[in-house]
Amino acid sequence: MLASLRPALVLFLVLTAITGLAYPLAMTGLAAAIFPAKAAGSLIRRDGAIVGSGLIGQSFTSPRYFHGRPSATVAADPADATKTVPSPYNASNSAGSNLGPTSAALAERVKGDLDALRAENPGAPVPVDLVTTSGSGLDPDLSPEAALFQVPRVARARGVGADRVRDLVVAQVEGRTFGLLGEPRVNVLALNLALDAHLRQ
Amino acid sequence: MTINGWLQVALFCAIVLALVRPLGGYMTRVFQGERTLLSPVLAPVEAGLYRLAGIDARSEQSWLAYGLAMLAFHALGFAALYGLLRLQDVLPLNPAGQSAVAPDLAFNTAASFVTNTNWQNYGGESTLSYLSQMLGLTHQNFLSAATGIALAVALVRGFSRASARTVGSFWVDLTRCTLYVLLPICVVYTLFLVSQGIPQTLGASIEATTLEGATQTIAVGPVASQVAIKMLGTNGGGFFNANAAHPFENPTALSNLVQILSIFVLGAAMTNVFGRMVGDERQGWAILGAMGVLFLAGVLVTYASEAAGSSVLNGFGLDGGNMEGKELRFGIVASALFAVVTTAASCGAVNAMHDSFTALGGLVPMINMQLGEIIVGGVGAGLYGMLVFVIVAIFVAGLMVGRTPEYLGKKIEAREVKMAMLAILCLPLMMLGFTALATVVAAGLAGPANAGPHGFSEILYAFTSAAANNGSAFGGLSGNTPFYNTTLAIGMLVGRFFVIIPALAIAGALAAKKTVPASAGTLPTHGGLFIGMLVGVILIVGGLTFFPSLALGPIVEHLAGSAGQTFAAGG
Repeated sequence: MLASLRPALVLFLVLTAITGLAYPLAMTGLAAAIFPAKAAGSLIRRDGAIVGSGLIGQSFTSPRYFHGRPSATVAADPADATKTVPSPYNASNSAGSNLGPTSAALAERVKGDLDALRAENPGAPVPVDLVTTSGSGLDPDLSPEAALFQVPRVARARGVGADRVRDLVVAQVEGRTFGLLGEPRVNVLALNLALDAHLRQ
Repeated sequence: MTINGWLQVALFCAIVLALVRPLGGYMTRVFQGERTLLSPVLAPVEAGLYRLAGIDARSEQSWLAYGLAMLAFHALGFAALYGLLRLQDVLPLNPAGQSAVAPDLAFNTAASFVTNTNWQNYGGESTLSYLSQMLGLTHQNFLSAATGIALAVALVRGFSRASARTVGSFWVDLTRCTLYVLLPICVVYTLFLVSQGIPQTLGASIEATTLEGATQTIAVGPVASQVAIKMLGTNGGGFFNANAAHPFENPTALSNLVQILSIFVLGAAMTNVFGRMVGDERQGWAILGAMGVLFLAGVLVTYASEAAGSSVLNGFGLDGGNMEGKELRFGIVASALFAVVTTAASCGAVNAMHDSFTALGGLVPMINMQLGEIIVGGVGAGLYGMLVFVIVAIFVAGLMVGRTPEYLGKKIEAREVKMAMLAILCLPLMMLGFTALATVVAAGLAGPANAGPHGFSEILYAFTSAAANNGSAFGGLSGNTPFYNTTLAIGMLVGRFFVIIPALAIAGALAAKKTVPASAGTLPTHGGLFIGMLVGVILIVGGLTFFPSLALGPIVEHLAGSAGQTFAAGG
């Protein structure tokens, strides 16, 4: 064991310096030089102010906006730091619901959301992503079906024709990468920004 | 299931297969000390490092010295990481002002990263400073991965050498693996990940004002450099709590494909390194073939089960599969594929919450880990885990035909079989023993978030993941308690070192043996018969050991869910 001490110590220190400091710091410098916007978090500004990140979902509750998927993230309870309270799209504490397939709590939550959505848009089938929480609680996307499902509500709240809102949604749909990978999707923040830009009233 | 879904799976498999030979050839040259493409740049660094450390690159070690060197190195790494976590509040690069990590959590996290498990009882963005993430975790990600590969190479040398007393030098294998394999790939890989949108910055969290006027604090950090090695080294510990489900750890469908490729690619290439070093690449392909059979079966079950969705939710008139805990940009197939890959290898990164998978969809990851993660497996660890099973399979075959078992010209005798069984038995002991303990003591029963059989699955998954050094979780379990921090850490340490040491002992014993020429009575070990035999032994050994525990968890949950039964927590 003693004979191993010098190689162990020296290799440990030098490899630590290379992999733990030189590598991440060099990568930080290179990334900032080549992809400055992405390395900083793909931030979106409007009128100079940061309104969010293009990759991170945010909470929308107003009927005038499209809503993202339900989010299970929590934050510390301001009244009692040992407890947590729901805080949808908390981007400093990502988490999923971790409710299992036979969880009564999950069944109850989904049932409640379904009833509310069916009342809002009777007759239309509810897309599954509108009543399920994402893995991170920060999912920035909706399926095209889930966005289209909300068109009547948004059009009503904004007092514009449903066709104009639907056109905006369709223009925001991203297909599968190379036509193969992932799923078709709509970025909710981008859609709502387009909504504000085109139907500001 | 859709045609597009299976095309995504097929594309993944095709790319892995295409990379096996080129990477295998490159890595073989690295571990045989030959010159490579990168030698002009790296050879001087390497030589300087050896001079500084007093290492003679040509001097080799016996299996025992190799093992002791590895243990000394890990003891040092463990102590340094523990200290770093405990002191992070007074050290630099802590813009969010994280406080020191509690002793039991620091112990658990140090064990977790030193053993290549990367179980997350901590929430990255809410617990750790940037310095802890970089100097502690990124660095251990490299070294625990390099150690796994080094050990596999040592075992392969045991098979390929005859009448030899040494199995290589731990110092040289560790250094060459880090410098020539892991680092260069990670540099390119990090830049690719940033191009997809993963942040790489030392700046503090971002304060955004949302469209509705609320404040959103967005955690960022030096994420990409850590994600690169976390995947490539099959470590799996996330920068963020939600791991690769977090849009900043896995922003696009393309980054997702490359991430699952990078989990598998080194492990798959190691089978080719094995084939090349024993002088018959077909032997490597046979091992990869056995892995492939088990892998595709797992993908089929998980994908079908997730696409069918949960009976309870489907009962409300929903269709579209089980999307609870999954990200939309990945959908069902890329989430199911990721789950199988990450548990087949010992990665443990997740792009969807396994806790919310359907009962059978969550069963497959558990089986993958219980079999010891031998389907491609952790970098290196998968190969030596599989070779341990090969020894048992050869032994069983020898008993069936009444001949002394041999593999690649080496007689497999009592010592090798004993060591192989020791390595195989330590996993169920940790997984099932601690699960049993946790289901009878109050501190254990306080852990699960879900009620009924799913709560049992959460406990079983935790100890399975720990002992298998995977690190993924049924995340509902509250693991950050003294009971779970301690028991899981023990499971991780035993699951790592009680497999490594017997595997090294086998390497030493095999290297010392003479090679016997193949005869008419030798069982060919590169054909379909052998692959079938190997898969059978793995399933029988694993199946018999773990079936009762799986029956109590996911299987009964599947039956209950099909009947529409739900379980209320606290009831």
